[in-house]
This record gives sequence, C-alpha cells and structure tokens, in this order.
Amino acid sequence: MFWQVALGIAAAQLTHRRRQTIVSTMGVALGVGFFIATSSVMSGSEKDLTRRLVDNAPHITIKDEFRTAAKQPVYLAYPDATVKLTNTKPREYLRGIKNYGAIVEELSQQPGVIAEAALTGQAIVRYASKDVGASIAGIDPEKERHLTTVERDMREGSLMRLKTASQGIVIGRGMSVRLGLGMEDLATVVSPTGLVRRMKVVGIFSTGNLLLDEGQVYMLVKDAQVLLDKPFIANRIRIKIADPDDAEVFASRIESRWGYRSESWQEVNRDFLGLFAIRNTITYSIVGAIMIVASFGIFNIISTTVMEKRRDIAILMSMGFRAFDIQTIFLVQGVFIGLIGMLLGWGIGLVLLQMLASVEFTIPGMSEKQGIVLDRGFFQFALGGFFSVVSAVGAAWYPARKAAQVRPVDIIRGAT
Amino acid sequence: MSDPAPLLEARGVTRILQEAVPVTLVRDIDLTIGQGEFVSVTGPSGSGKSSLLYLLGLLDLPTAGQIFIDGIETTGLSANELAAIRLSRIGFVFQFHFLLPEFSVLHNVLLPMQRLGVLSDAEMMERGHALLEELDIADQAKKRPDQLSGGQRQRVAVARALANDPALILADEPTGNLDSKNSEIVQEIFAKLVRDEGRTVIAVTHEVGFAAATARNVHLIDGRIDSDTRR
Repeated sequence: MFWQVALGIAAAQLTHRRRQTIVSTMGVALGVGFFIATSSVMSGSEKDLTRRLVDNAPHITIKDEFRTAAKQPVYLAYPDATVKLTNTKPREYLRGIKNYGAIVEELSQQPGVIAEAALTGQAIVRYASKDVGASIAGIDPEKERHLTTVERDMREGSLMRLKTASQGIVIGRGMSVRLGLGMEDLATVVSPTGLVRRMKVVGIFSTGNLLLDEGQVYMLVKDAQVLLDKPFIANRIRIKIADPDDAEVFASRIESRWGYRSESWQEVNRDFLGLFAIRNTITYSIVGAIMIVASFGIFNIISTTVMEKRRDIAILMSMGFRAFDIQTIFLVQGVFIGLIGMLLGWGIGLVLLQMLASVEFTIPGMSEKQGIVLDRGFFQFALGGFFSVVSAVGAAWYPARKAAQVRPVDIIRGAT
Repeated sequence: MSDPAPLLEARGVTRILQEAVPVTLVRDIDLTIGQGEFVSVTGPSGSGKSSLLYLLGLLDLPTAGQIFIDGIETTGLSANELAAIRLSRIGFVFQFHFLLPEFSVLHNVLLPMQRLGVLSDAEMMERGHALLEELDIADQAKKRPDQLSGGQRQRVAVARALANDPALILADEPTGNLDSKNSEIVQEIFAKLVRDEGRTVIAVTHEVGFAAATARNVHLIDGRIDSDTRR
C-alpha cells in the first residue's frame, strides 16, 4: 500500500516535469551507452592483443642461461664467512641445455603440456649474390604447429614439408621478395663458424610482422645442429600449457627444478600488460567522469524537485507520512531515472557497437583490412547498468534526505 | 465519577523557539477538549494561535508540558509514532489548500487512505466519492486542483482531511483566503461535521463571525489563554 502511494507520487512528479526528466535520463543513457562502447573496444583490443601474445609464441621458453652468474665455490662452501676474491670470473658453461631430451620427456608427461626442444642461432641466407641476415630456428614441425601460429600463416608450402624434404627451410615472405627466393629454390645458408649448406625452400609464411617476415628461417632441429655445429645441443625448450594464465607459476616451478632461466609470456610482455593496466585506468576514469556528470544531472533534478515541492512534502507529512516515506518518494525518482537510463543506455550501447563493428581501416604496412575487435560481453552491459543505478541512487540520496528533513511547520507557517 | 478520557488534553504546554533570542510562542497552556466540540481559537496576530494548533496536531513538539490524544500521552513518542497518530486520528485544513497539483481531486482525497492502507482499492474509491459528494464537489472529481475555484479547492482539502475518518479536525484560518460566500459554506461544513457526525473541530480564525458561530471560543494573548468561553 505504501509503495503504491510512494511510486504514484514519484511517477507523478517525474512526468509533471517531463522535459527535465527526459534530459537527465538521456544523460544517464548516454553515459551508459558510451561506457559500453568504450569498454567493449578497450576490453576487446586487450583480449585480442593478449590472445595474439599467447597464441603466437610459446607460453614458456626455457633458455640455456641462468638468472644470476654462478657463484664461486668458496661462497657456497662457507656461506656465512666473509670472503673476498679478486680477479676471478664466473665459471664458463658450455652453452646449451644439458640433457634436454629428459626435460622435454618429463614436461610432456604432464597433462595439456607440449614441450619442444629447439636450437636457435644466427646465419646468413645468400641467394643470387644477395645476403640477408637471419635468425635460425631449428624446430620440430609436429610440435611447432601447436606452439605458434606459423602454420596458420603459411602462404606457400607447409611446415610439415620440412620433415619430408631433405635440407628444407621455411622462410618469410619478406625474405622471399628481397632475395627473389621462391619455392623449391636452393639457397645458400652460411653459419657464423663458416659452414655453408645448400638448403631448399619448402614453405613461405607471412605474419605481418616485418622482423619475422624478413629475418626468420625455420628448419629441422637436426639441420640446425649441423649448420651451427652444435651436435646434440638445444638451447631453447618451448612449452605450451593448458591454461596460459598459469604460465608464471609453471615457469617458476621449472626454474627451481632445473635452474635454467624460464620466461613466461607474461614476463616477456610485462611492458604490454603494464600498458593495459594504464589504459584501463584511463578508460574507466573517463567513463567514470561521464557517469559522474550524468549523476549531477540527477542530483540537479531531484534537488530542484525537492525545493519546488516543499509545500507538498509539508502537507504529506501533516497528513501522516513519515520522514522515511518522503525520502523514499524522492529516492525512487532517482532509481527510476537510473533504471530507464540504463535500459536506454543499453540500446545506445548496442547501436554504437553495431556502428563500431562496421568500421574498417587499413594499418600502414598491413595488406589486409582491419576491423575493431569488440568484446560484446554481458559484463560490459551489467557493469554499465550497475554504475548507472548506483550513481542515480547516490545522486538522489542527498536531496531525498533533505526532503525528509523538511519541518512541515516551517513551510505551513511560511505560506500564511 | 469516571469520565472517559477527553479527546484532547494539553497540560502546561509551552513552546519556546531556541533562536539567538529565545522566542516564546505559547506558554503554560492547559486545555481540555471533548468529543463533539466546535472550538474557535482567536487572538491578535502573533498571539500563538497557529503555533498552538500545530502543537495540538503533533506537527510541532512542545518544549515543556504534555499533550494527550484519546488518553494517549504523546510526549516522548518517536516521529514515526506521531505520524501514525496524525494519519489516523487527525485531519488538517490549512489556509492554503496544499493539494498536490499533479493529482486529480479524487486522487488527492485518496492519498491519506492509500498511505493508511486499511481499505481495499474499491472501498477507497467508494469513500472518496462519498466524501466529495458530501462536500458537493463530486462533479469535479476528475479535474486537477488548478482547474477549481478557491472555494472548491478548500472543500477538497476538507474532504482530504476527512479521508481516514479522524475524530479531530484542526483548521488553520480555513476561510482566510475565501470570499464571504465560500467562507460561509466552509463554516457550515465544519458546523455540520460537529453537529451531524460528532467530530471535534478546532479552528484558528481571526474572523469575528466565524468565532461567534462556534460553541466555544479560546482567546489567546501573548501565548497565554486569556479567556475560554462557552456559549
């Protein structure tokens, strides 16, 4: 019964000043709409970038190095002693991961884990008297398919042909164009130690990344071992795990188990992830500011109503309405504006997303047209709606309290 | 003798406004008003007539003294308890009609009933129409207050005061804004409420004619009762 009265009075007052109500509701609706659009773009591009970071590269890379230089034995023998050594160098290790086969074997036994031993190094690819410096990656094509997206980026030939061709290489589109080196051509590959081998192009990929397209060469790990003169040596173990978010923990476990430096994708891309945090802060500050401005609109309309309706408040109180009833009447108006604003805002958000989704543009250096990646999550809508209702209630709270504090005697006496 | 508790009783009621210089509105008011009395409160302006009415109607709280309504002591009751008493037992009519402009005449009369929430919707409508009928404004039920004349609005305000069937009607200069014809109509309405329905009406007025028509007159001077005469 009470709600019937409170809602009735609130609705009557809102519809009585229709224009002001519409303006402040539109303020909330635009706030919600732009919140949804902005956070969809931001969250969408973040997810897209993260996905690329996660998919394009192994989740964890074990390298043939250590995080800290080896300590002199005397420090290990007397950890508490005060020792000073001069003119010593850390012990030199033979580069390469010792016993990599066993490590790969052990890692592969864990569910969802793909581990691949690889040998990387530098070489020069020569063809028709032109030279290009290249990063060599000796890999296992079977596993590489799952570790990176190179298989997807193949434009001619395939990664798997490395297994069947003898002395095959897979190069990038950029290198192919620069050297005029096409499929089935025989290139000369020269190692830093001077070894020269003739290798056949069995695949060409294009990732859109200039560095990779012009400088990366894939070959079988045993070919790389021969070329780089490192027989039975691998200097990278590349790992993909079931849940990329576990990579940091997994990497530190590996590092404490075998000692080799293990880099998770988060560690490698820390700057990127930090950038996301800053970007999100900026986004939500700006969108939050929009919502605050919108809530000022609500505050304004409710305050004005309370000022204008002091007589009505006084008579309602003299009739026997409680202070709480009066407060509710005005709070309900704020909630109503917030809810309607939320619904309209969802509509505006949907329209904005539709418009953004149809936008296409070309990034210089990329041949394909790019669309804006949107995150059309339920979450954006829920969050936008939540903010609108919270800000509406927050904005209505103070004027509603003021209304409840009206002393009817002051008003009635003043009116006579 | 065991008289039933009087409808309204004030004992030593004093109201002092705590300003920079304290202002005494009413002082040491002792007043007993029974069922079915028609009381006018008169006095020069600033004598505390309206202040006394607000105190008796529980709109304002006395600085000292007690007010009993139907034998219930109201001192120390919470604001919500006072509101509940106002809602069911007291009806106010002010100099200005104070009708809610967004609502129809009928809806204005329904508001106190809806807040009380005792009657069903159909019963409320029936009672609302009956009240408007009683006050001879049933044909205006669907109009908005600003489409009515001053006298009609004041009658709607009386109908609203009667909505929850209170025993006590408090009127503050109810004819102050009306021409003499409408003034007479409203006076007659109050007289009828007392005579035919046994309600108690306390009306503050500065009109000699109005005061003369009531059975009892309380005259205030400087916040004290100067005379309390029955005819």
